[in-house]
Amino acid sequence: MKKENGILSEIVQLTRKNIRDYMMYIALAVIMLFFSSQTNGGFLSARNITNLINQSGYVAVLAIGMTVILIIKHIDLSVGYVAGFSGAVAAILMTQYGFNEWVAILCVLVMGLLIGLYQGVLITRLGVPAFVTTLAGMFIFRGLLNLSLQKTGTIIVRSEGFNLLSNGFIPDIPGVGGRTHILTLIIGAIIVAAFLFSQIKARKNKQKYNFEVVSLPIFIFILVAISALIMLVIYTLANYSGIPWTAVIVAVVLLIYNYVLKKTRLGRSIYGIGGNDQAAELSGINVEGVTLFSFCSMGVLAALAGILYTSRLQSATMTAGLGFEMDAIASAYIGGTAVSGGVGKVTNTIIGALIIMSLTNGMNLMGVDISMQYVVKGIIFVIAVAFDVRTRMKK
Amino acid sequence: MEDYILEMQGITKEFPGVRALDDINFKVRRGEIHCLVGENGAGKSTLMKVLSGVHRYGTYTGDIIYKGEKQQFRRIADSEKKGIAIIYQELALIPELSIYENIYFGHEIVKGHAIDWNETIIQAGKMLEKVGLHVDPSLPVKKLGVGNQQLVEIAKALSKNVELLILDEPTASLNEDDSERLLRLIRELKNQGVTCIMISHKLKEIIAIADTITVLRDGKTICSLDATERQIQESEIIKYMVGREIEDIYPKRPKHEFGEVCFEIKNWTVKDPDKDRDLLSDVSINVRRGEIVGLQGLMGAGRTELAMSVFGNPTHYPIRSGEIYMDGKKTHFSKPKDAINAGLVYVSEDRKGNGLILIQDIKYNTTLANLKALTKGLSIDENAEVVAANEYKEKLNIKATSVEKRVGDLSGGNQQKVSIAKSLFAKPRVLILDEPTRGIDVGAKYEIYTLMNQLVEEGMSIIMISSELPEVLGMSDRLYIMSEGRICGELLTEEADAEKVMRLAVGTR
Repeated sequence: MKKENGILSEIVQLTRKNIRDYMMYIALAVIMLFFSSQTNGGFLSARNITNLINQSGYVAVLAIGMTVILIIKHIDLSVGYVAGFSGAVAAILMTQYGFNEWVAILCVLVMGLLIGLYQGVLITRLGVPAFVTTLAGMFIFRGLLNLSLQKTGTIIVRSEGFNLLSNGFIPDIPGVGGRTHILTLIIGAIIVAAFLFSQIKARKNKQKYNFEVVSLPIFIFILVAISALIMLVIYTLANYSGIPWTAVIVAVVLLIYNYVLKKTRLGRSIYGIGGNDQAAELSGINVEGVTLFSFCSMGVLAALAGILYTSRLQSATMTAGLGFEMDAIASAYIGGTAVSGGVGKVTNTIIGALIIMSLTNGMNLMGVDISMQYVVKGIIFVIAVAFDVRTRMKK
Repeated sequence: MEDYILEMQGITKEFPGVRALDDINFKVRRGEIHCLVGENGAGKSTLMKVLSGVHRYGTYTGDIIYKGEKQQFRRIADSEKKGIAIIYQELALIPELSIYENIYFGHEIVKGHAIDWNETIIQAGKMLEKVGLHVDPSLPVKKLGVGNQQLVEIAKALSKNVELLILDEPTASLNEDDSERLLRLIRELKNQGVTCIMISHKLKEIIAIADTITVLRDGKTICSLDATERQIQESEIIKYMVGREIEDIYPKRPKHEFGEVCFEIKNWTVKDPDKDRDLLSDVSINVRRGEIVGLQGLMGAGRTELAMSVFGNPTHYPIRSGEIYMDGKKTHFSKPKDAINAGLVYVSEDRKGNGLILIQDIKYNTTLANLKALTKGLSIDENAEVVAANEYKEKLNIKATSVEKRVGDLSGGNQQKVSIAKSLFAKPRVLILDEPTRGIDVGAKYEIYTLMNQLVEEGMSIIMISSELPEVLGMSDRLYIMSEGRICGELLTEEADAEKVMRLAVGTR
């Protein structure tokens, strides 16, 4: 009885401490269950979950890059049209110049890097505020997108490899499996094993240095719950067509950025600059260089987002890029990136992106008018940030 | 009985860990010029903030009796309504707006719902007349020199029907002519019945103008001298300012031989970015291995500017000339990183503003300036980081439950220790400590002094910038005195005493 009380009070404490994160998970769960009930389970069907992943890819990628930009207290408004323009360039390279899809993708990623470099130089070397630089970028790349598609109109992309990126699935192991996608299950098992291993190792390390850790029952509960959730998603996917390529791409980007932010000097510098740029400078951090890097990374990810989006539609259109930056910024903020900079995690940003894209997807399924969708997303966005600011103030 | 416009009785104000004001009694007679003097950190500005309502009623104990009534100011607007106006050292004018807009900013003259600009211009003209500034009131304020801007500030105060005017170091950034003019104006205002409290470091001015001089030290009222009865001497004020006996709060270190000169600045001249004068002129200092060199001077003497411009110049002061030598070799630091790599580290006076990253934890801050030492391949070795952070936490006796504690939640003294830990982790050979003990309690001070002794024993060289005279005298082997951007004296500690130093620092030769 006494022990239970201990756990109970610990749960209360944990909730109080992590209310911000928990609210995010709860919000996602509530949104998903709500749409599921409104669509007779259609929202959580294997088909729709696959769809949701494929549709969310470009937003997730943009939001990851945006998280870095927001942590260092800048903003990038141009990402939408940089993505749109990049998609158009990829389509043109493949259809009009006969580029192989992989060469085209590489060219577009390099172009994204150069765009990021150009904006980064304006911001760091010339001191033009990021808001202005990237607002100008919004004009410029929207114009370039329109110019590049002016003659042809929408370009249909027929390259199979390219279109697979946002419509295809990882192949199954040849010879095995029938209805169920075996490789997907194996990957799922590996993910869960890696997750368990890293969590247990981290906990042991913390204990070694007498840092605060949650008590064992709660730790086990968290591990089991998250593992079960991962396996549930994997099982659902395996019974449909397997893991979409988009999920693989997003996962790779996520892993890289998570690693860089958490484990490298560059990541430390990014948080340092966001927390207090003067202190960072005096600590010998190259503030200009890191800022420049962040915009370059954003440029590359914007190009990648453009590729994913074009692949999803299997065509490059003039409207590609419209409002992407809003979804990306909202995802990062809903995911707990601090409005005042210095705080943010790409793993949480992904949750934010899932919330935003679930709203889009769910409301589409329900047949909600697109204008109404903007209003709903806006309201949820502002509530999330208001909540964030309040909980931070209390700390 | 005397007619007091203001009586502050038993004022005590505490900040976390420090008692800034300790049972202060302060009385101002109606219509006098009352000067408030004391070292930096003596509590002058805090006292004025209590008076004006910046530190609102309830955050201090004691009574403010103004014009015979007990007052409870909750914000500046409350005290302004009663005729108290304060003019800060950093002027609060809006450079792009015109003089008349500035004068009536925040208390505009309105007719119905709209601002009556014609009346505003006429009234502003009258106010300018009063302060003796003969310029077009529609000029933007940024076109005026600092001296005239100060007059606009006073005009603004007058436009609010001020009865008690507080000036915080009004002449600190003025040249002699402008200072002279300002002092004349203050006398003029006195004749018109305005009472004036002036904070100043310039003793000559104070003696010339004051009716009463109150000396504060360590948050206590030391004395109030009536200058109308007799002539007060500078030396008398200085004695009261520094009078505290230097007790044994400075741990002794055994005498040891100093090594070669390992860091030297020669003929360092830096232009003031905002004004047409030199911020630092022809500064030359050096420090030997194992030596603590004090850099003493009053606020605004240019000590922090010297350190920052040498330490990679992150704020981009225009450096006119000068050379830096490390171990006799001429070098140049184009950013702080270069200086750190060369073995020179600067610990900022402003630990919250640009020393620490408050939202991060102790271990993050400790290792920030030298992550290279912890990097294996691409990754930071987090185990090694914890070990290192713990080592410094122990060495500096940082009081916190673990190195994962957020720095923003620590006390001032512990924050300062983290700030020093961070710089030590960068393995410097020369350490510049800027006001290392500002705003921290005696216990933590002692620990920092002990650490400094230990560091020089190990062969490090320290330049300590400090406004606290006893600290400089107690800790340094040798000291430089700075005043108005120049080195105006170099003394061995044996031959220095408080009065000698203060005389140099306030510019009396």
